[in-house]
Amino acid sequence: MPSANLLGQSLLSGILAGGLYALLGLGLSLSWRFLRIINLSHFGFIFLGAYLTYQVATSFHLSPFAVMLAIVPLLFALGVAQQALFVRFAVNEFGSLLVTFGMVAIIESLIQYFWTADFRRLESGYGTLSYRIGPLFLPVAEALTFLVAVVLGLAAWAALRFTYLGKAMRASAEDPAMAAAFGVRERSLALLVAGTSAATAGIAGTFVALTATLAPAQIYAWIGVIFAVVIMGGLGNPLGILAAGLLIGVSEALTMALTSPSWAPLVSFTLLIAVLILRPGRV
Amino acid sequence: MRVRWQMAAIAGAGSCLALLPAAHPAAFVESFLYLIFLWVALATSWAILSGYSGYFSFGHGAFFGAGMYTTANLAGPLGLPFLWTVPAAGLSAMVLGVAVGAVVFRVRRLRGELFALLTLAVTFVLATVVLNTPLDGGPGVYLSGVKLPALYGGGTSTIYLLGLAVALASVVAALLVQQSRLGRGLFAISDDEDVAEVMGIPSFRYKLTALAMSCFLAGVAGGIHAVFVFYVTVAETFSITVPLYVVLMSVLGGARHWIGPAIGAALVTALTYAFVGGDLAVIGRAAIGLVLVLAVLFLPQGVTGLLASRARRSLRLPQPGAAMPPAVAPQRPLRPGSPLLACQDVQLSFRGVRALGGVELEVREGEILGLVGPNGSGKSTLTNVISGYYRPDAGRVLFAGHDLGHEPAHRIARLGIARTYQIPRPYARLSVAENVALSAMFGAAGLEPDAALRRAMDSLAIVGLDARARTLPRELNLHQRKFLELARVVASGARLVLLDEVLAGLSPAEMDSALSLVRAIRDRGTTIVFIEHNMRAVLSLTDRLVVLNHGQVIAAGAPRAVMRQPEVVAAYLGTAHA
Repeated sequence: MPSANLLGQSLLSGILAGGLYALLGLGLSLSWRFLRIINLSHFGFIFLGAYLTYQVATSFHLSPFAVMLAIVPLLFALGVAQQALFVRFAVNEFGSLLVTFGMVAIIESLIQYFWTADFRRLESGYGTLSYRIGPLFLPVAEALTFLVAVVLGLAAWAALRFTYLGKAMRASAEDPAMAAAFGVRERSLALLVAGTSAATAGIAGTFVALTATLAPAQIYAWIGVIFAVVIMGGLGNPLGILAAGLLIGVSEALTMALTSPSWAPLVSFTLLIAVLILRPGRV
Repeated sequence: MRVRWQMAAIAGAGSCLALLPAAHPAAFVESFLYLIFLWVALATSWAILSGYSGYFSFGHGAFFGAGMYTTANLAGPLGLPFLWTVPAAGLSAMVLGVAVGAVVFRVRRLRGELFALLTLAVTFVLATVVLNTPLDGGPGVYLSGVKLPALYGGGTSTIYLLGLAVALASVVAALLVQQSRLGRGLFAISDDEDVAEVMGIPSFRYKLTALAMSCFLAGVAGGIHAVFVFYVTVAETFSITVPLYVVLMSVLGGARHWIGPAIGAALVTALTYAFVGGDLAVIGRAAIGLVLVLAVLFLPQGVTGLLASRARRSLRLPQPGAAMPPAVAPQRPLRPGSPLLACQDVQLSFRGVRALGGVELEVREGEILGLVGPNGSGKSTLTNVISGYYRPDAGRVLFAGHDLGHEPAHRIARLGIARTYQIPRPYARLSVAENVALSAMFGAAGLEPDAALRRAMDSLAIVGLDARARTLPRELNLHQRKFLELARVVASGARLVLLDEVLAGLSPAEMDSALSLVRAIRDRGTTIVFIEHNMRAVLSLTDRLVVLNHGQVIAAGAPRAVMRQPEVVAAYLGTAHA
């Protein structure tokens, strides 16, 4: 049995990891719910953001956050272009899964072509910085990630709930024809959602670069856990994503502390299966 | 038998390829052909579930990998004879697949998407398990000590022949499944699973069966591939390459056709053979991704999809007879007028909204019962409960002595209940004839495919659609699609037919022909529940009338008398405040 100290530290890192999961899953969940697009290339976008952050911040000695400001509009444009393609070819939910599967393979190959399959690590100063709170260490980069995830999650929740755009989106997802009859401009709304979703991938990418070691094959490693978060959180439900992220993050951290780190990938899968068996109506 | 020439072609190609090693070709020829066989086996086995039923698995790598590691461990460290480990490899992959399917196939919404994502996740989960247990433990498994039976005097030829065998087995399996009840059921599931289940297709069992076959073949291919690569590692085995290639090959070749995935596999393998080693491998993967994107966007039916419409138009169909196909005779015939279906205190709520509040209803053998009520009164919900799409919260539905309350929808269809949909729901990618034949196969009639097609043609002739038998439903206009729904219930041979607003949207002349058709269906011995808003039609057609309001029966009896009751008038027109 590990010490209380170790457990506390695991709990803390689990909470912080949960924030990262929520950050990675947010855009995915929004585009699944509101665009009926299951975007596997979201993971490609995240790593594109991460590698660009790594490259620009290293080459020009910039702060990663300055780089992020440039990445966000870039990925917004990429997301809009992708959605325009989906609309042009009337891609349905299932087709989107296939098309974006192809796209993520392209992005992964391009990343490997430019940056090789070697591991890359952004040396930013944030990576090693941490505060001491009592007996626990609070790593700054992870804490920032968590903070951004909470802020973005709350912002998305508030936007969906209180703004005209958010209400229009929810109406459109419920019944597109009826919403259109009430004056919701579905097309431009869809482009906005796609752009925003891709932009969150860019933000997430910067934080992935700050907190993780990068390798092209890692793109696929995230898919299982993030989709578990998205499905358990409820599609298009930002607060649900945060909660599911925390649940999975903490469960993984405790599993790592109590057994061995390499068993962590099983946790999210087990939780997801449990949800599917116990509450199949939930998804 | 329809598959004779296809089987002959497969056998011919198979024997030529099996004799090839006797000519002592260069070693790379055998390995190159082996790789094609491997991918043909993987892509074809994938399509048996995913192509036919539309449930796309991204986890074929996991099932393939399960096979590889089974053989690697049994034949390597445990030293069992290699040939015995191959079926074991198939079995372990099958068990894994069925376990996943048994969970996810029960989900009602998003099941296709969930299945895709879950199977993708299984790949990484299995990789984790293998990496952390003695199955591999990290360094990989060497199979250098494994003895192969030497055919044509060498191990490579043995592997070549085994690869050929599993490829042929997969293609034959795909062909036979496509022609069987199973395959036809899977095609229906892929177009509209809810309708398929209500029309009598045991969707859960069929999907699981197809998944089991698919995984078994992938596992066998993995078992053979383990000795081909000879050094099995987690990183290589569970990479994203397998699912990516398999999906691409099948989509490119046409996943709904038995030979489509094989064509795609041969094309893609030959193409990628050009990109070997170094940077070119990376570019090759990008190219594969790009081809997948373009294939889905521009050629969603694949190469064989181009041939599909021609094949459909040249389909040989039996000549229809002139007589109405009879209803299936009940095992225990009932006297006309005795109760055939009884709803007793049937209740159903959706998230607190009460749709049915204790419905009491009786349908008598041989009658046409009118079921009317204002919009939202629960008519459609009741139809969905009787046909088994919804399960009632409380109460009983009795049909000819069976309690339907806990029967799955496909069992109810088989017992002899069929329904039409207010907005017709044909299987969009199947011809009109196949649409109707499916009802004859899986409804009360329960016919084999050939007999079902004959019955389907008879039914189409009755509704006047036999000339359109080869077309796709989308080429029919609304009134033809409504008559297609009627042809389906005729073909099913059901004893009880629920007609949900068959007249809505028809012109007066079309209405008249629909009404005489309904009478003809009753006259062949089928009991009918006729749900309709058109009061003139209801009064002229029905023997008895039941009025539903707010999920409860408010009146029942002779049509004209019922319509004069004050509660009924109030429900329709509101109460007078004088």
